[in-house]
Amino acid sequence: MNSVLETSVTDCHPASVPDYTPASQLRHLQLQRLRSVVTRAWRQVKLFHSRMDERGLVPEDICSIEDIAKLPFTEKSDLRDTYPFGLFASPMKDVVRLHASSGTTGKPIVVAYTQEDVDVWTSVLVRCFAGCGLHRGDIIQIAYGYGLFTGGLGAHYGAEGLGATVVPTSVGHADRQIMLMKDFGVTAMCCTPTYFLHLIERAAELGVNMKDLPLRTGVFGAEPWTESMRKHIEEASRIEAFDIYGLSEIIGPGVGCECRMHQGLHIFEDHFYPEVVDPTTGAPLPDGTEGELVLTTLSKQAMPMIRYRTRDITMLLPGQCECGRTLRRIGRIGRRSDDMLIIRGVNVFPSQVESALLQIEGTLPHYQIVLTREQELDQMEVQVEVTPRMFNDKIGALQGLHDKLQNALDRVLGIRVQVALVEAHSIERSQGKAKRVIDRRTS
Amino acid sequence: MKIQQLSLFAENKPGHIAAPARLLAQESIDIRALYLADTQQYGIVRMIVSDWQKAAALLEAHKFVVKITEVLAVEVPDRPGGLADVLDALDGTGINIEYMYAFPYSRSKQAILIFRFADPDAAIARLQIAGINLLASEELLKI
Repeated sequence: MNSVLETSVTDCHPASVPDYTPASQLRHLQLQRLRSVVTRAWRQVKLFHSRMDERGLVPEDICSIEDIAKLPFTEKSDLRDTYPFGLFASPMKDVVRLHASSGTTGKPIVVAYTQEDVDVWTSVLVRCFAGCGLHRGDIIQIAYGYGLFTGGLGAHYGAEGLGATVVPTSVGHADRQIMLMKDFGVTAMCCTPTYFLHLIERAAELGVNMKDLPLRTGVFGAEPWTESMRKHIEEASRIEAFDIYGLSEIIGPGVGCECRMHQGLHIFEDHFYPEVVDPTTGAPLPDGTEGELVLTTLSKQAMPMIRYRTRDITMLLPGQCECGRTLRRIGRIGRRSDDMLIIRGVNVFPSQVESALLQIEGTLPHYQIVLTREQELDQMEVQVEVTPRMFNDKIGALQGLHDKLQNALDRVLGIRVQVALVEAHSIERSQGKAKRVIDRRTS
Repeated sequence: MKIQQLSLFAENKPGHIAAPARLLAQESIDIRALYLADTQQYGIVRMIVSDWQKAAALLEAHKFVVKITEVLAVEVPDRPGGLADVLDALDGTGINIEYMYAFPYSRSKQAILIFRFADPDAAIARLQIAGINLLASEELLKI
């Protein structure tokens, strides 16, 4: 038996067994599931069927797992264009859950789950938590947002599935989060890394030393973070911090997660097949080469995603992890191939800002997004140049304009932003394309 | 009776009024009255200048956002009650003052009140009936 398995008893949750499937067996399972999901999507999803037709493909053309490269990609814009239910492969009576996240413009993107999908989602999160060394007896506080966002409920079901005690605080109310961590003896925290940084700061202000709490594990995701942030978190709170990866389009959190080796994130590839492709040409790239992560849901019923372009830039790490898992790993995600911003865990596209400004002004004023981090929390300021058309020499009228812009942005983005009216031509023009985003968030 | 007032948008940051002031000085444009309305973020500079057309063209050429608004200049005796008498004349008429500012000039013991009204024509009519002295543009600039 693998020596790592013997020593890390906590990893041996029954749900984790598939993590150790021999590679040849795993490839066989993946091929079977791929053929089944492609057939399902081909039969049920018009857009996918027509794209297969365009390429002269039928599901039977998938004879090996490598044949996946023949299949058409799915893009985020496909979810927007088929809003709300156009990519569903199950009738609504079989759909037990809908979630939504922000799209690139005003409309959100919708994702659906059958009961089977929810069960798979729960099982992969159980495997995430087990891989982080959590088990029955742990008290897990979930401070991801609950609601349409997949983070809160996803992690919640996973933690319950593990057999742990769940404290579903959702995000916000830092003082209460800290009080409950302390009073309930919480052993693990699940939230965005920046929110946890905020909790560390706030705890210090309240005279609570995180190091004195029973807390020993943090499972952080929904936004990119760095090794230096991990080091800071681990030192300031004396916990072990894990990076968890996921996206609503695929299932939510739980697509992949670090194990205790912290050498990349294992992808639960019995359910989510990973490829890395050249972001420009779409050509598959070999392991160890950086490119765009493309994911295929192998078992999803309600909304199969075939070769979904995540826009996340990473690589498949060559070789097997020392933990003994056969699941392949991706490197930590540091950047994206598109202009999506992640602010306090929420996806924001500059195009959403434009559509909000257009709504109010009719024409697009020159604008700039400035991102900063204050007290460990992301802040977003939208600076809008005052055009002659917008300018009014009454303070009340300008304040009214400011408030209207503020409300439109809050509504479209779903997060609080600051609006600043600035002088015309005060935002720097770079040659040709305007530099729309200034990111001053360090670390 | 209407006087052209120049308004400028300026961010509430050091130096942001100096630049337009310098420009006007270079072209020998005289600022006769100036009032700054401000918020935490930005301000509106309202000015009455010796040559408003030239000033507007100059500022716009230097990428400033300028707005011309029509205001009224009312001359009142510089004594307690000078302002109250004017306001009394407007009381009950429904004529709305958008904003106003005032300055004295000591030589003739008069004060000038600058008003922006929602409906300047109605205000002119009303103030004239009340026998209040409205200054024409040339008169204001001569002070």
